[in-house]
This record gives sequence, structure tokens and C-alpha cells, in this order.
Amino acid sequence: MSDILQLIEPLLPALRRYARALLRDRTQADDLVQDTLERAVSHWDQRRTDRDTRAWLFAILHNLAMTRLRRAYTTSHLSIDEVAEGAFSSAPSQEQGMRYRELLKALARLPEDQRAVLLLVGVEDLSYADAARVLDIPLGTVMSRLSRARERLAKEMDSDGLSRQAGSHLRRVK
Amino acid sequence: MTIRPITEDDLHGFIDHALDAKRHAEVQTYLEAHPDVLARIARYTDQRDWLRAALAPIAEEPIPSRLNVSRLLRRQRQPLRITRATAIAAALAFMMIGGVGGWIFRGTESLPATGITALGREASESYSVFATDRVRPVEMQAGERNQLINWVSGFLGRTLTIPDLSASGYNYMGGRVVATSEGPAALLLYDNGKGSRLAMLARPMADAREAPMAAVSDKGVNGYAWANEGIGYSLVGAMAADNLHSIANEARRQINRT
Repeated sequence: MSDILQLIEPLLPALRRYARALLRDRTQADDLVQDTLERAVSHWDQRRTDRDTRAWLFAILHNLAMTRLRRAYTTSHLSIDEVAEGAFSSAPSQEQGMRYRELLKALARLPEDQRAVLLLVGVEDLSYADAARVLDIPLGTVMSRLSRARERLAKEMDSDGLSRQAGSHLRRVK
Repeated sequence: MTIRPITEDDLHGFIDHALDAKRHAEVQTYLEAHPDVLARIARYTDQRDWLRAALAPIAEEPIPSRLNVSRLLRRQRQPLRITRATAIAAALAFMMIGGVGGWIFRGTESLPATGITALGREASESYSVFATDRVRPVEMQAGERNQLINWVSGFLGRTLTIPDLSASGYNYMGGRVVATSEGPAALLLYDNGKGSRLAMLARPMADAREAPMAAVSDKGVNGYAWANEGIGYSLVGAMAADNLHSIANEARRQINRT
């Protein structure tokens, strides 16, 4: 059983981050991660290989999150500040903290399926094939959702009048 | 040598570092010759970097102790064996008694609950149906408090106390009557104005007229249940039970006072 510990433990930060970005509430997100861990431990033999563990855990978490989101509309109007308060306080400038906030708000306005792809691929570094497995959709659908998500997020940021500033700011940072 | 046409998928692969070195270089050459596409891809790349930066602090947080994997393993290993053995024994007993063919193995969930466990499950079910209802969560609004009290006090056999939970930020929305295994029950709903709701279920108890407060949980809805003088109460919400403990204590205090 000690291999369970070694395989699961390093993934906890990423699982918590994905859960919170989806549910936008710290307590509910950690509840979800706890449910995921309990399920993973009791169904440990259903994994195919050790290398699969990451995608497998994300798949369990994702499915539990979707069930919860469908049931509890409550999460849809929770304060966005609960997602990543640390990001706003640790931002190098107040201006940048505000942009993080705007970006996360725009992210929250994306349809769930697009948001999930963007997070799994862009933030959690899952391969396109692993994202397809987690979401249980064909690879082509992953690519088209990713494309739509990026286009829409860019538009949302445009309408907030932030993208151009964000771009120039980024160049300064780099 | 001709280069394969650059696809939209290649562009995303470029952003996500998912291309091999040769293809990556081909996309780079293409982008240098197409400034409009380059501008779009640069924005997507910025977007990706910003998203990572904005969410990174979550992964830096210390892991809460309830997500301690080794403790979870220790806790699960023991009950796992007992639960399975109990469920298998129950399944065998069922088959021997009735020759039940369609027994579906669902673990302990399929064992009938009694007492405040059953009450807690009914509260969770009522919560799932009514607290999330956008059209008509309650039958009688907060202003019709007295009518609701008159209505439900008949089957409760005593005057219902509607606890005031506003000190915890939850205002009474109203209530309704729902069906349970023990007949009609009163369902009271509370809202904190920020999208979070609580439900309290009250009904007569046939099997456990007095029961100390205990945590209940069913399909993501958690809370507490207790019984006093033949009436069972359960306060639940879509949040960790810990967050509800003090609110449940306050509700019980107000009910016992009357």
C-alpha cells in the first residue's frame, strides 16, 4: 500500500488547484479532493498502470466535480476571490493582482467543458491524449474545445479592455 | 522539400510545447512570415502564462490535514475489510431468505438506515430537491411563518420552533411539507444571500425518540441530526459538516429552550 502514498501524495497540490479552479470555493474544492482520494484508495486496483495514476486521479476528480456542479447551482455565484486569494496578495504589483482577478473572472464565464480543457492542458500540463481520457472525449474534441476556449477567453479579456495592457505588461516582465 | 501545411492544432501544440523539435521550428518559421497569426498566438501564450501565475499560489498552499494520504489509508484499510464482509454477509442472507436474483451490490449504502441516520439521509434528499430549486423552493414564505407552524404542528404533535440562524448569516426563507419514511415532515430553508443554503428537516421519530447530535452525510450534502422528545431534527447543507456544527448547536439550543 505504500506505493499508493508515493504515487498520490505528489499530485495533491495539482488536484487541489484544479478542484478550486472548477468549483471556485476552497472548502468545497477540498471536500472534492478528499472524496477523490477516498475513491482512489478503495478502487486502487482499477488503474491500468502506475504511469496512468495522474490522468486517472484527474478523471475521478473531474467526474465528481461535474456531478457536484450539476447538483449545486450555488457555486455559480460564489465570490471569485475564493479561487486564488494568494495570487492577488503575492502579485508583484496591485495592478497585476487586479489583472489576475479579471482573468479568473473571465475564466469563470467560460462554458464548463472549455474551462476544463484549458485548465487540464494549459495549467496542469496534461498531454492532449491524457486530457481526452480525463474528459472521456475524442482527441479532436479536446483540440476544438481548447481552440474555442482560448479564442473566447481572449475576447472576454478584450471586452474588459485588459488584454492590450496585459500584453505590454508581460513583455516588460519578460 | 515541401512542408506539411500548418494546422490550428499545430498552433496550439506550439503554445503547449507539445510538438517535436522539427515541427516546432516549422511553426516558428510560419509565424515569422504571418504577423497576424503570430499576434493571436502571442496573446494565447500570454493568456496561458497568466493563468498559470494566477492559479500557482493554490498549489503552494500547505496541504490541509484532512487530505493527509497516509492517515486516510490507515483509516480506510480497517473499515474497508469490515464493510465488505458485512455487505457480503448481508447479501448472502438476502439470497438465502428470498432467493433474491436481482440483488445489486452497493456496499453499505443499500443497508436500510434507521433512526437519525435515516433522518439525515431524508434531509439531504430534501435539500437536493428543494434547496437547489430556483422556481419554488418553499411553499410558504418567511412572512407566512405562523401558517407554516400551524400546518406542521398537527403531525409533529408539538409546536414547531423555527430557529433564527441570522447570527450565522443565514436568513429564514420559508418552508414546506415533504414526505419521509415516517410520514410528513417539515422542511425549513435558509439562505445566506451569497448562494449558500441550509435545510432543516423535522419529523416525528418512531424508533429513536432521543438521540445525541451526530454527523450525517449523503451524496455531498452534510450536516447533523439529533432527536429530542420524539422529534428528530437534521440540519444539512452542501458544505463540510464542520462548518455546520455551531449552527446546528444553535438551532438545537433554540428548539430546546421552547
